[in-house]
Amino acid sequence: MNPMINNTVSVASINMAPLAAEIFLVVAACAILLIDMFLKEGKRNLTYILSLLTLVGCAAITWTDFSAGTTTYTFFNMFVSDPMANLLKLFTYLAVGITLVYSRQYTGDRGMMSGNMGGEFYVLALFTMLGQMIMISGNNMLPIYLGLEMMSLSLYALVAIRRDHATSTEAAMKYFILGSLASGFMLYGISMVYGATGSLDITTIAKLTAAGAANHTILVFGLVFIVAGMAFKLGAVPFHMWVPDVYQGAPTAVTLLLGAAPKLASFAMMIRILVEGLLPMAVDWQQMLLVLAVLSLAVGNLTAIAQSNLKRMLAYSTIAQLGFVLLAMMAGVSNGSAANAAPAYSAAMYYSITYVLTTLGTFGLVMMLARSGFEAEEIADFKGLAKRSPWYAVIMTLLMFSLAGVPPMMGFMAKWAVLQSVVATGNYWLAIVAVMFSLIGAFYYLRVVKTIWFDDVVDASPISTPLDMRVVLSLNGVLVVLLGVMPNGLLSACLNAMTQTLGS
Amino acid sequence: MQSTISTFPPYLSLAVWLPIIFGMIVLAVGRDSKAGFTRVLSLVGAVVSFLPTIPLMSSFSNTAHGPQFVEKAAWIERFNIHYYLGIDGLSLWFVPLTAFITIIVVISAWQVIEERVAQYMGSFLMLSGLMIGVFVSLDGLLFYFFFEATLIPMYIIIGVFGGPNRVYAAFKFFLYTFFGSLLTLIAIIYLYNKSGGSFDILAWHQLPLDMKEQVLIFLAFLMAFAVKVPMFPVHTWLPDAHVEAPTGGSVVLAAIMLKLGGYGFLRFSLPIAPDASHYLAPLIIVLSLIAVIYIGLVAMVQKDMKKLVAYSSIAHMGFVTLGFFIFNEIGVQGGIVQMISHGFVSGAMFLCIGVLYDRMHSREIADYGGVVNRMPKFAAFSVLFAMANCGLPATSGFVGEFMVILGAVKFNFWTGLLAATALILGAAYSLWMVKRVVFGKIGNKHVAELTDLNGREFFMLGVLAILTIYMGLYPAPFTDSLQVSVADLLQHVSVSKLPMH
Repeated sequence: MNPMINNTVSVASINMAPLAAEIFLVVAACAILLIDMFLKEGKRNLTYILSLLTLVGCAAITWTDFSAGTTTYTFFNMFVSDPMANLLKLFTYLAVGITLVYSRQYTGDRGMMSGNMGGEFYVLALFTMLGQMIMISGNNMLPIYLGLEMMSLSLYALVAIRRDHATSTEAAMKYFILGSLASGFMLYGISMVYGATGSLDITTIAKLTAAGAANHTILVFGLVFIVAGMAFKLGAVPFHMWVPDVYQGAPTAVTLLLGAAPKLASFAMMIRILVEGLLPMAVDWQQMLLVLAVLSLAVGNLTAIAQSNLKRMLAYSTIAQLGFVLLAMMAGVSNGSAANAAPAYSAAMYYSITYVLTTLGTFGLVMMLARSGFEAEEIADFKGLAKRSPWYAVIMTLLMFSLAGVPPMMGFMAKWAVLQSVVATGNYWLAIVAVMFSLIGAFYYLRVVKTIWFDDVVDASPISTPLDMRVVLSLNGVLVVLLGVMPNGLLSACLNAMTQTLGS
Repeated sequence: MQSTISTFPPYLSLAVWLPIIFGMIVLAVGRDSKAGFTRVLSLVGAVVSFLPTIPLMSSFSNTAHGPQFVEKAAWIERFNIHYYLGIDGLSLWFVPLTAFITIIVVISAWQVIEERVAQYMGSFLMLSGLMIGVFVSLDGLLFYFFFEATLIPMYIIIGVFGGPNRVYAAFKFFLYTFFGSLLTLIAIIYLYNKSGGSFDILAWHQLPLDMKEQVLIFLAFLMAFAVKVPMFPVHTWLPDAHVEAPTGGSVVLAAIMLKLGGYGFLRFSLPIAPDASHYLAPLIIVLSLIAVIYIGLVAMVQKDMKKLVAYSSIAHMGFVTLGFFIFNEIGVQGGIVQMISHGFVSGAMFLCIGVLYDRMHSREIADYGGVVNRMPKFAAFSVLFAMANCGLPATSGFVGEFMVILGAVKFNFWTGLLAATALILGAAYSLWMVKRVVFGKIGNKHVAELTDLNGREFFMLGVLAILTIYMGLYPAPFTDSLQVSVADLLQHVSVSKLPMH
């Protein structure tokens, strides 16, 4: 599987094929940046269309790789293209693409494309995606870290993109400081792992830890910092303080950029470092994840009840939802047997994808109701939506029930898959705790449904939405139901991807 | 995995999906500006959805063992989940009952619901299909899928079309039932793992389980089904939901939704955990008797008619659970017959209250009196249904109650005696209510202005009255189709599943 590494190899002999999507994206993003310079204000539709075409191009390249179903290592074993990476990348493109469609009108209305601002929003969004792709495909601590930083730095800039907006600036500041702290943690952890194993290469680390050749104490110390850094990035309790503020403070389009697709990359990062690299240490990191998971479920669900701001409520709901991902992550190894690993991690993967699709829809609706000078971010702004626009009310309802985990929505199958892997390892109490917190969670999702259907219209202003957004939003809603009723394809794809990743 | 469809056309699938598809169509094309068209479309949908349930009744074999009209196909292969439908004697009658009640509900809303007609009708049609799905599923996850999905339309119905306190009632309804079913979900996952990755309910019946497992599984299922039935002490959501729900919502809740719980006991609790069922039967019997007697007394002092009928439903469902857990044939059969009869009678009683409410906008018993002077036809119906509610011979209410009491006496004389007090209590609260509302002098000037039933109301109450009397006079079609399945069930439950020592 690993090609022998020859230090004198020339750049020309490196196999660039697995990186085709990344290379294409870099070139395209730079080209878009240049083209955008020559566009007149108010004519940035070209930037928008080119960005979407870039995503389509990336998807075409990655799809070819994905359908081949092979695992290829390249760039001195630093980069891997396997089914898991390709599947996650495809959903990342989808998430970023949908975000761009949803935010076209929103960003335009808020002057995020005019004045001294050009089409940076699109280019920065593409660069965050590049960072995510590198995180997903990194097979060495350094590329993973570089990808993480690339994503984070672009996001810091994006959160602050409305410079004249006090709340956004404050959110950007918080995000930057806490994010840098997390990166520092992460890097410190990586250095300790390097100290214990003498390598940054995931494959080598896995071999050395499995053979027991690494100093256990140092490794555990490193692990603590790495897990803490990841928890920061994911927003798991007790490292969640930035999540509500940033979600609420950032322009909704940016909230969606940092709330949706990055979760897939963070998930991939967990798989690469914790599972592929440090699976023999599972007993140690599973305990940490257990604490994070239960705390996230508790704090996320309980605090969300008290929120009247929808974006903030969704932020806490994110924390709670990620608790479920972490639950599945800690169900992989039990009693020294990794038999449940592939099912459990594929459940986490399916859950992450579900979460991303639902989040896209909910924030999409928040953006749809917003108009220039007005943010529809209070729950009360959704009052009587069923009368204003029955179709979008139905979509929002489906999304809320999906988040609450009610069949036939996708969220139910995701929760089911996670609970199944938790119960399969005999953690009945944990499963009961998880479902009881979902019950609490159901309350605040139901409250949104209540606001939409039972309350009278307060703000009857017409909803004007461009056609592309209407179509995509409807498809998004339908997808959440369709993948709940017929989840077999995606569930199997996740399982196959995870089996292959674990097997290699 | 090969797919099996034992009948063509697939009646069960049609019974499940026709109302759901019609519900979607009604939601999509119905407008308040075209309310008449929406109503007609809904009625057509309800009637068409009823059609596939007719062959179920006519070609059901009373002597065959095991499920009939089986349809099985792979659904989610990743978890070995099947689209597996089938009915036996236990579930047969609930399918046409649900489809039939849906027609009545559509008719009952005809002139009553004027705003958001499409949402009202569409929700009920979809709800109907989902509830039929619960009764015909033989795959554990499919069952759960339908069982949970029924919450969504009902939540919307109560919350949008309900009374002044509807939001509270809708939340209470949803969260109460969601709580119960989440624990059941864990039991289902446990059974899935234990059976080596199968969701086949019939395979779960054969699964050996030790006593501790059985008790825990039984309790987990009890959480969902006891809330749904509802049993004392988790019944408090029902009066709230009934009082706030619109008439159609109350009818569906009482006539069908409560039966999902009762049916769950027969399909899951008893056959999957037979030893635990025997072990915990005293608990269920005591809770059932409390429901029958205490809730019967509570019903008597209610001032609100809907609340009174809601409590009477709880008392009647106490009879059902009592019948199931005395483990003799006549008791279990009586329980099922009682469920079907209660579907007609409680539905009819809620419709009667709806008729009065539409005219007076009050459900307080004290606001009425002497209605018979203005509404003689209505009075005749309400007396009939009140009689049926308290189990008068020759009405359907009598058959089930009598069978359960007979079974209870066989099981234990004192249990039978206590259960029989229900007849007295039932008579007390039902007849006393009728006396205060219908008879006497005209209570006030609003009553003096009442008009009698119109053709639509007469039709729906008339149909229900015919069915109530028919079932009371000639219950054989119902009991005959039950016999084999109930005997098989009891035979299965009498064999211990504990591992041999």
